Amino acid sequence: MLQYLALAGILFAIGVFGVLTRRNAIGILMSLELMFNAVNINLVTFNKFIGPESLTGQIFAIFVIVIAAAEAVVGLAIVLLLYRNWQGIDIGKINIMKW
Amino acid sequence: MFGVEVSQLFFYLLSFIIIVSAIYVVSLRNIFHCALFLILALFGVAGIYIMLEAEFLAAVQILIYVGAVAILMIFAIMLTSQLATKKITQSNEQVTLSIFICAGFLLTSLGSFGHTVWRVVDKPLPENNTLTIGKLLMTDYVLPFEVVSVVLLAAMIGAIVLARREKI
Repeated sequence: MLQYLALAGILFAIGVFGVLTRRNAIGILMSLELMFNAVNINLVTFNKFIGPESLTGQIFAIFVIVIAAAEAVVGLAIVLLLYRNWQGIDIGKINIMKW
Repeated sequence: MFGVEVSQLFFYLLSFIIIVSAIYVVSLRNIFHCALFLILALFGVAGIYIMLEAEFLAAVQILIYVGAVAILMIFAIMLTSQLATKKITQSNEQVTLSIFICAGFLLTSLGSFGHTVWRVVDKPLPENNTLTIGKLLMTDYVLPFEVVSVVLLAAMIGAIVLARREKI
């Protein structure tokens, strides 16, 4: 069980690193997908080893996948909008919500 | 089905694939190659699900992540393509600090995993994974199931409104 948790922890840390360092907005979204996958591995692991009587963890993982898909759709739509209006998707240059 | 050693071997192989391709996802210069390695990492996670006896979830992972989300990412990369081919730096100036933050997070979480006493229940999962999940979604979890469909509808409408050509 610990090896699965360790794998999920490493994957989550790599995802955090990507979110913190990427300049490209699509790169940030891809790192977010890695983090969602790490969380899902954790949920399925706990389902198998801690509470195997029902499949609550797997149901939860399905909901996480659905919300991640919705997030990717809206995020990529925002990225395309930014690209159309600013001719680039460098996150450091997009500061219209800063004041 | 397999012996313990064989499944351990499969686990380490899959972990190696996932971790190496995840590192490539966050570090490669060409964003298109990053998307391809993301697909490889998602396939590896599907393999991990199969090892954890979550077959339905593995199928959902391949259908939704590899089939929909990754293809959507590649579409977005191609629509914003002048960044994909140029050799510009893809990472900002916080790399060293981020490495320290992530290493600290990783050590803390691994240490807490190791020190927690897990109450492991040694029982088999319910037989017939897909049937059980379907029954649970239609009985105990029917309200979240309906709510999540509304969320998907809202996301779809939001994406259409955001991405259309006219001024809002």
